[in-house]
Amino acid sequence: MAFLSYLINGMGLGSVYAIIALGYTMVYGIAKMLNFAHGDVIMIGAYTAFYCLTMFKLSTFTSIIISVVVCTILGIIIEKFAYKPLRKASSLSVLITAIGISYFLQNLAQILFGTDPKVFPELMRNSTFSLFKGQLTLSYKTLLTIIACILIMIFLTIFVNKTKTGKAMRACSQDKEAAQLMGINVDNTISITFAIGSGLAAIAAVLLCITYSTFTPTLGSMPGIKAFTAAVFGGIGSIPGAFVGGLLLGIIETLTKAYLSTQLSDAIVFMVLIIVLLIKPSGLLGKRIHEKV
Amino acid sequence: MKKIVKMLLVALLVITALTGCNNGGKEDEPKTIKIGLSGPLTGGAAIYGQAVKNGAMLALAEVNAKGGLQLEINMQDDEADSTKADTAYDELLDWGMQVSMFTVTSGAGTGVAPRYDEDHIFALTPSGSATTLVYSDTKVYETTFQMCFSDPNQGVGSADYIKEHNLGTKVAIIYKSDCVYSTGIAQKFVARAGEIGLEIVFQGAFDDSSATDFTTQLQGAKAAGADVLFLPIYYEPASSILKQASDMGYAPIFFGVDGMDGILTMKGFDTSLAEGVYLLTPFAADATDDLTVHFVTEYQKAYGEIPNQFAADAYDVVYALYQALTAGNVTYDMNAQTIADIMIAQFTTMTFDGVTGTSVTWAANGEVSKAPKAVVIKNGVYVNAE
Amino acid sequence: MEKMFKKIFDKKHISRTVSYLIVIVGYIIIQLMMNTVGIKNLFKSLLVPTCCYIVAALSLNLVVGVSGELSLGHSGFMSVGAFAGILVSGLLEPYLAMGWLRLLIAMLVGGVIAGIVGLLISIPVLKLQGDYLAIVTLAFCQIIKSLLNNIYLGVDNNGLHFSFVQNKVVLSNGGRMLLSGPMGATATTRLATFTAGFLLILFALLIIYNLTYSRFGRTIMAARDNRIAAESVGIHIRNTKMLAFVISAILAGMSGALFGLNYSTLQPAKFDFNLSILILVYVVLGGLGNMTGTIFATIILYVLPELLRGLQDYRMLIYSMILILIMLVTNNQSLKEKVEALILKIKTRFLKKGSVAND
Repeated sequence: MAFLSYLINGMGLGSVYAIIALGYTMVYGIAKMLNFAHGDVIMIGAYTAFYCLTMFKLSTFTSIIISVVVCTILGIIIEKFAYKPLRKASSLSVLITAIGISYFLQNLAQILFGTDPKVFPELMRNSTFSLFKGQLTLSYKTLLTIIACILIMIFLTIFVNKTKTGKAMRACSQDKEAAQLMGINVDNTISITFAIGSGLAAIAAVLLCITYSTFTPTLGSMPGIKAFTAAVFGGIGSIPGAFVGGLLLGIIETLTKAYLSTQLSDAIVFMVLIIVLLIKPSGLLGKRIHEKV
Repeated sequence: MKKIVKMLLVALLVITALTGCNNGGKEDEPKTIKIGLSGPLTGGAAIYGQAVKNGAMLALAEVNAKGGLQLEINMQDDEADSTKADTAYDELLDWGMQVSMFTVTSGAGTGVAPRYDEDHIFALTPSGSATTLVYSDTKVYETTFQMCFSDPNQGVGSADYIKEHNLGTKVAIIYKSDCVYSTGIAQKFVARAGEIGLEIVFQGAFDDSSATDFTTQLQGAKAAGADVLFLPIYYEPASSILKQASDMGYAPIFFGVDGMDGILTMKGFDTSLAEGVYLLTPFAADATDDLTVHFVTEYQKAYGEIPNQFAADAYDVVYALYQALTAGNVTYDMNAQTIADIMIAQFTTMTFDGVTGTSVTWAANGEVSKAPKAVVIKNGVYVNAE
Repeated sequence: MEKMFKKIFDKKHISRTVSYLIVIVGYIIIQLMMNTVGIKNLFKSLLVPTCCYIVAALSLNLVVGVSGELSLGHSGFMSVGAFAGILVSGLLEPYLAMGWLRLLIAMLVGGVIAGIVGLLISIPVLKLQGDYLAIVTLAFCQIIKSLLNNIYLGVDNNGLHFSFVQNKVVLSNGGRMLLSGPMGATATTRLATFTAGFLLILFALLIIYNLTYSRFGRTIMAARDNRIAAESVGIHIRNTKMLAFVISAILAGMSGALFGLNYSTLQPAKFDFNLSILILVYVVLGGLGNMTGTIFATIILYVLPELLRGLQDYRMLIYSMILILIMLVTNNQSLKEKVEALILKIKTRFLKKGSVAND
């Protein structure tokens, strides 16, 4: 029974990774860049929701909506001012710019919001329920996180596969020039991708804060790296891949802590990652790109 | 070729910007004692640096308003990194530091402690609690002193308290494995528990990359049947632990150390979660003695928040330095080395009353001796636990 | 003699000559200044770390620029080199009084051990490509940090004592801890000197330039630019890439050892992901494959935050803004033109004023 409860907690943690990883992976798939500032967009989302709830006393739903809107706009602004001018530059230059944005957002938050940790208000009654005659206790928060993650994944898959914009995204991710020739506005499509990725970041922020309560301006950096790892784990660029990668990463991390070592969990998780990549060099669900001669 | 010339010009510019005469430019008569301080003002540990800065500046304003000896504090950012602290130390030397408040964090302080010793500059740290700040395995640093408890004292004190007061029989520990402060206390606690026969049933660790999710460690402790959970960590992760323990319906007795102080004043923290938490701390913001009341009200007036232990220690450091400087008849024109000799003589003999303890004394090796107070949180306030 | 001169000054080698010259001239100027007018302590304390970062960045440029693989874990090699070097120097201390010799041995050992680790890591790493390769290097950096955070090693009269995960090392009187978990190495004797740093930069340049201008260099660049074509003419891509990776690790390890012996305390947490990124920033800003550029980029970007110290809390904010602006201006054609036009405008106005004043 203990194993089951570890497993479910691991899925909860993994779901948060997965939602962040979805943001990474979408942007990567289309813009072919690692958006290292993604974690810090999450942080901004957390602060926005926090101030909406505490200072302006808005309802939970409105706060989340405002947070999503703020993050979406932020994502578009970042894309327009920092990444768009670099469309033709090398991917490394874009990577460094993204890191610059990440530093910028983190330090800006420190000055604007202060460095002291904030406690996210309680949005759900502290409620657990028991199964199997009380042997297994689960919290609704964990379940909510897992369900939210699955819903987002389904929504994104449908969006990308069925809608016109989604199809445009896929076209851009395969061949930008050809897409342009077919009348797709590549710039707009990339902006939309950033907008969606950043909007997801806001949802991830709220879920992260509901479960782990305390947050600071560096909130986004560690989950950011973990989610990046998860995205690669599942095969970067693939939406189901990010979902599976995130979930597995969370489960492996939790089980390692439970059964092997809490001190070395990080080392073990990354070891597993390396082994998986050696067996499947493009991640679990990534597509192997064959070189064209 | 043009490019090369350009590059050389840039290099020259950088060099000139960094150069300055060490001895040139005799300034006017000095009118203050220059006190150096380095701590994290940016990065993840910035909260501790900011608290120390606030506490120190408050005390500074009060001391200078007395009209006696005038002090001046220069705080440099070290990002809690020992190598950055080294650079910050040099910046302070360039500024003409005469006495120092050392560093805010243990890790950074360990890096510069030998330098204070070599250069013979007196340094009193508000919150660097590792013993490596005042002595190493091979030598005692003459000029470095501490205002806060050292880590071993806290570990031993906590183990003794739990045993003596029979708080529980099975103890679990959750500590931060990449934090000098936390591992220091945890190790001494484990060693002491072995000596006095306190059973430790579970030890869980976390680090920077996993400082949000504690459910696994908590389940481990719960499964091991621990009735006391020792948390030698800072209040930020501790607040998450309390929350997650409550979410999963696990309610042992929580026992924290001085890093736990500050948990009640976190914005938005549900204090009912901390109900019944024990902690060993030298400072309690709601103590009713005149000094503490004065400090807390003034601090709130100035910064709009309740001071934590870091701010309190920093506040005391400034007053302790002021007391020693005045008693030793230090004048503005003395060099750092002369002042250091006077300060060492003062600190090893004087007694100091501050907000973090009364009748405080210092041993020759720089460790402080003050009584740790165990408090328990009841109805959202500290109550003396006896 | 004439041949040598030709080799030094011909077009192909001029950039190499220039970088040697710059390093040597820079060293002489700084030495002269230290001995005559004196320089700020702050600047003095930045000398050795700047040298270390320059070497680390140069060695990373060998992997990222010359060999064309993105590595996000370079600080891991510095870490291995640093702690190996500190250990060696600490163990030798009672037997070998000469500081410079101990430093040299420490740097060599640090380099060799980092090289061995690099070799081991390169086996799985080079099976992968692109971002997958990058994430594996990042993973190794995290693993090294995590392991070092849990190593406890002490020495006393009875020899070495080691324990893992939890500190069970009990030392007899007079013993001392060499590594103590997250605290890392404490009370290290500081051996690093600016001259050593300068020599290390020269050494790194020598190795890197000789590699890139040799058959090996041509091979590896061929592999970078067109893998398939290179393979078809019989180049063993994996072997060449592996060699570049290992040499880069060795140089990074040496710079790490020098870095470690420049401080009395060094914590494993210092060599984290952020440091890897920092070095990568130096490389990208300096130009991929451009060693002289790397040296300048490192100096400017490493010293910049220290120059901004006066801004206190705002300094990292300004630093990040400068970083973004530099990237935008250097990589975007229209922005670049605008900035150049602006500079020209300022220049002409300035010159006009000057000439008026002269009249």
